[in-house]
Amino acid sequence: MTDVPFQEPTGEGSGRDAGGLGAPSGSDAGAERRFVRTAFVRRKERFEAWARGVFLAMAAAMIVPLVAIVGHLTYEAWPSLGLEFVLDIPRQGMTEGGIWPAFVGTLYLVGLSLAVAAPIGVLAAVYLNEYARDNWFNRVIQLAVINLAGVPSIVHALFGLGAFVYAARFGYSILSASLTLAIMTLPVIIASTREALAAVPRSFREACWNVGATRWQTIRSIVLPNSISGILTGVILQVSRAAGETAPIMFTGAVFYKAIARGDLFAYRLDEQCMALSMHLYTVTTQVPNVRESVPYATAVVLLASVLLVNATAIGLRLWLRNRKRW
Amino acid sequence: MNAPVRIEVRDLRLAYGTREALHGVSFDVHAHEILGIIGPAQAGKTSLLRCLNRTIDFTADARMTGSVKVDGVDVRQVKDVFGLRRKIGMVAPLPVGLPLSIYDNVAFAPRCAGLRRRDELEALVERCLRQAALWDEVKDRLHTLGTRLSGGQQQRLTIARALSHQPEILCLDEFSIAIDPVTTMRIEEVLKELRRTVTILLVTNLTQQARRLADRTLFLWKGELVELDRTEVIFSEHPRERRTYEYVNGMVG
Repeated sequence: MTDVPFQEPTGEGSGRDAGGLGAPSGSDAGAERRFVRTAFVRRKERFEAWARGVFLAMAAAMIVPLVAIVGHLTYEAWPSLGLEFVLDIPRQGMTEGGIWPAFVGTLYLVGLSLAVAAPIGVLAAVYLNEYARDNWFNRVIQLAVINLAGVPSIVHALFGLGAFVYAARFGYSILSASLTLAIMTLPVIIASTREALAAVPRSFREACWNVGATRWQTIRSIVLPNSISGILTGVILQVSRAAGETAPIMFTGAVFYKAIARGDLFAYRLDEQCMALSMHLYTVTTQVPNVRESVPYATAVVLLASVLLVNATAIGLRLWLRNRKRW
Repeated sequence: MNAPVRIEVRDLRLAYGTREALHGVSFDVHAHEILGIIGPAQAGKTSLLRCLNRTIDFTADARMTGSVKVDGVDVRQVKDVFGLRRKIGMVAPLPVGLPLSIYDNVAFAPRCAGLRRRDELEALVERCLRQAALWDEVKDRLHTLGTRLSGGQQQRLTIARALSHQPEILCLDEFSIAIDPVTTMRIEEVLKELRRTVTILLVTNLTQQARRLADRTLFLWKGELVELDRTEVIFSEHPRERRTYEYVNGMVG
């Protein structure tokens, strides 16, 4: 049946010539016959609808956990939520009050780790994508990047403890913790940046080389301006990862409690330990007795909201940059 | 031919990995001539051009032996490879408008070479666009994107860009496949004009284009130089090689 899909209209058409496709029979009957729904066509349509339905259901299923998480958290956190919760310091042995030290601590950790990881990662990716030839040295680098991306965060934590806290004598500090986070996010930044660079067509580069442009001139005037949106998106998405990780900072520089002034944005020095949102969430949930029930949830909401805010900024930035894209 | 030799190719072999694309090609290109290069797909025409300006270097597994001398200097000995590439204008078969404004597309190469003076740049851009028969169509919108132009206009933009670094040798790799016949004719007129100042290598699949323009024509066949002679001879009833006759008359399968 599937062999002759177009020439076999079911029921009608017997007795006419079977040259449906492309045969200029001249009559309207011939043209009409080409669009008859055969059994094969019907089966194809059925599968098409079915496949589409399944894929759609799977995609739609992704909304459920998100709505459930956000809804549940917000509901439970409601009694504590408010600007006051963010700005205030923890009180009554961390059972009441706000989360300001943890919030500022996370800002410091994420900001510093990205300030280290973003330039190194982007420049390394530019080298790998634009300059590197296919030799053993560069293959080793590639392999290192891939494997580094696969290392669990707790292992990064242990490495950070040994390398930064002890060997480099940075002690338990924001600096150690940030560097540990930076190493953790680096490989992903490299990978996403390379992808953004690779999306710029090779023909653009060749056109530049043909007129005597150096690699750097090509990169500066053509490659980077056309991949910057992808690069920035990749970097910003690492914010959420760095902000959420607990293990690496727990080993290297985050503490249960640190007294700082309410609303003070410059509370920490880089060689000091700090509080952090992810760590604080762990602490108030499992380590401190008799915490007001809504406090852990409110902490989680603040963490989630900050991350979503950053992601939304990334999306907005990408849209803005993409509108300026030129091909 | 008494004109001085601009390009001297001797026993040029080029291999991509283990596959040899050019099997020892030797020929000269004289100053101020138009050399037509014809041959079917996979003949090595584009590879040959890429050896001239050393963009072959960007292909990782390409190995080149033999010698290519431009003005007596072996291209592989050239220190300033960017200068070499500026000396040789290159037009690719498919138009590539860089994602820059029309003006910047043409001004790109001179800027890379260090030209900064605004008035000089503007004069140069206008001259190149005029030569590429594009000026009248774009003179009112020089600062719109080059990538928004139609395919044929982009190809002429590519030609303008190739002229913008004032090359002494111009390589055109099937420049006309994206352009309509009328524009093609206009550009062919430009090429005839240009040959007073530059030497032109014209790779073309349209044998008639080589016949119209070229002083001499070179027939490549599977990486091997079959015949190089005056265009009248190549297109006559009796070229030296039978394969040449068959190819230009469309009898090769």
